[in-house]
Amino acid sequence: MALKILVTAKRVEDPESKIRVSPDGTSIVTEGVNYRLNPFDEIAVEEALRLKERHGGEIVAASIGDDKSTTEIRTALALGADRGILVKHVGALDPVLVAAILAKLVELERPDLILLGKQSIDDDQNQTGQYLAETLGVGQATFASKLDSLESEAEQNKQPGILLSPDGKRLTVVREVDGGLETLELSLPAVVTTDLRLNKPRFATLPGIMKAKKKPLSELRASDLGLDLCPKVVVKRLSEPKKRKGGIRVANVDELWAKLHGEAKVL
Amino acid sequence: MSNVLIVAEQQGGMLRKATLHALGAGYQLAERLSGKIHVIALGKGIGTVAHELRAYADVVAADAPVLEHYLAEAYAPIVAEAARALDADYVGAASNAFGKDLLPRVAARLKAAMASDVLAFGGDGAGITFHRPMWADNVLAEVELRTPVKVFTIRPTEFSPAPKRPVAGDVIPARVEVDAPALKTRFVAFREVKSARPALTEARVVVAGGRGTRGNFREVEALADELGAAVGASRAAVDAGWVPNDWQVGQTGKVVAPELYIAAGISGAIQHLAGMKGSKVIVAINKDPEAPILQIADYGLVADLFEALSELRAKVKASR
Repeated sequence: MALKILVTAKRVEDPESKIRVSPDGTSIVTEGVNYRLNPFDEIAVEEALRLKERHGGEIVAASIGDDKSTTEIRTALALGADRGILVKHVGALDPVLVAAILAKLVELERPDLILLGKQSIDDDQNQTGQYLAETLGVGQATFASKLDSLESEAEQNKQPGILLSPDGKRLTVVREVDGGLETLELSLPAVVTTDLRLNKPRFATLPGIMKAKKKPLSELRASDLGLDLCPKVVVKRLSEPKKRKGGIRVANVDELWAKLHGEAKVL
Repeated sequence: MSNVLIVAEQQGGMLRKATLHALGAGYQLAERLSGKIHVIALGKGIGTVAHELRAYADVVAADAPVLEHYLAEAYAPIVAEAARALDADYVGAASNAFGKDLLPRVAARLKAAMASDVLAFGGDGAGITFHRPMWADNVLAEVELRTPVKVFTIRPTEFSPAPKRPVAGDVIPARVEVDAPALKTRFVAFREVKSARPALTEARVVVAGGRGTRGNFREVEALADELGAAVGASRAAVDAGWVPNDWQVGQTGKVVAPELYIAAGISGAIQHLAGMKGSKVIVAINKDPEAPILQIADYGLVADLFEALSELRAKVKASR
């Protein structure tokens, strides 16, 4: 019943870093910005680890980018993934291209499950998993979550939120949707994208980090995959949104009420 | 000439309001393209929805038992087929759980590139651009989609709902050919968060709580109920399991723009601000005078949130 899982490990700007637009509006200022594994991919890696702990199998962590993305793959390996693949590509990436590259990896690796973050926190597009699922002709469950809360006993015990059927052919996934939680059943192979409440990712341990250095990490070149590498989503211009002007401090609820009721007339 | 197809969202035979905002965006786009607009509704027993939608545009209705429960895998080919039949080069929907899940799959089917969470359009004819947020709304990007067909989702708070047209449109039944046993996804259950309160994204007033509530949302909810408001929450409060996931406001939760947003015990991380800074009036109640949310609030009150909310509720009650 072992599962082979392909999990994504995208390199993104740290959400704690201040993001500013360069004066010419073509890029962001990277000076002083830290990078890390996309937080949603981190949840995907954690779920892959829990599935492997329960069912056995193999976890392959993949990233697309220049050599720097090796860092994020090593992070996934330090957490417990078995091996890594870096698809080398210099230049802009968009979900169309990323999905095409991942589809090639799926062809090569034949995983049972492809686990991705629901979005990467740089371009915030939230498209790649769905795009990939349609490209592969497989089922999808986006925004994977679980019925138990992150404070529950199941979470303390690091139980997977995604359930594998006894015959190992289907997954049950709970999704965060508008107005509640939806449960879907997917035949494998399948694509699942992870949301915030699926799990609390673990931290890498020192032995894990040491071990990761020796785990296999292979490299492919995107240009060798026979794909059209021209970006289809092209950023023409970046700008910073207008900042909302701060207002006033009120001393007490009487004053707040007077402002809301008498002045702004919203109450 | 390019045409526009908007995908409607319905739940249990009720049209979701966000669809009207998507239609509003669709009309803006159709004008820039000098094209026609259609709307497609999918589901089982959607006659009422289709009838309601006629007031806004010509309607393609995909009505079949197999479409009872929404599944991206089953819906995407039908939407893509309708786009082809209507010569629609632009396919859009509202950016919520439904649109985010379905439209990328439609895009893949149409070999189209896609822009998510569009705030505005630029250019016209072949030079249409999409304005959209990146990096948790810290950056606005103007993007171009370089594929013959273009797919998008719009942020409902950024577009006015479409007005009704003087003459009702037609309802065109769509052919539904779904090989149900071949589907690789199956609907199992839906656990609804039942609430008598207005929907978070549609409410005139939102009262939201964060870490500062320490899990006690009683005063937050009591003020909301006194005001007929929706209840929202920060990620911290949702992650702690204090309130349903569905209440989360922010970059990865819901984006709201009510007339009044009252943030109680929410420090104001950039990811939360991304979900509510479009609100007309923002009130922040926080014990910490350094909380970042006080920097952007129209009215900031440094106080104990439980006492302040309770006092405010008394004021509201007394004013009736």
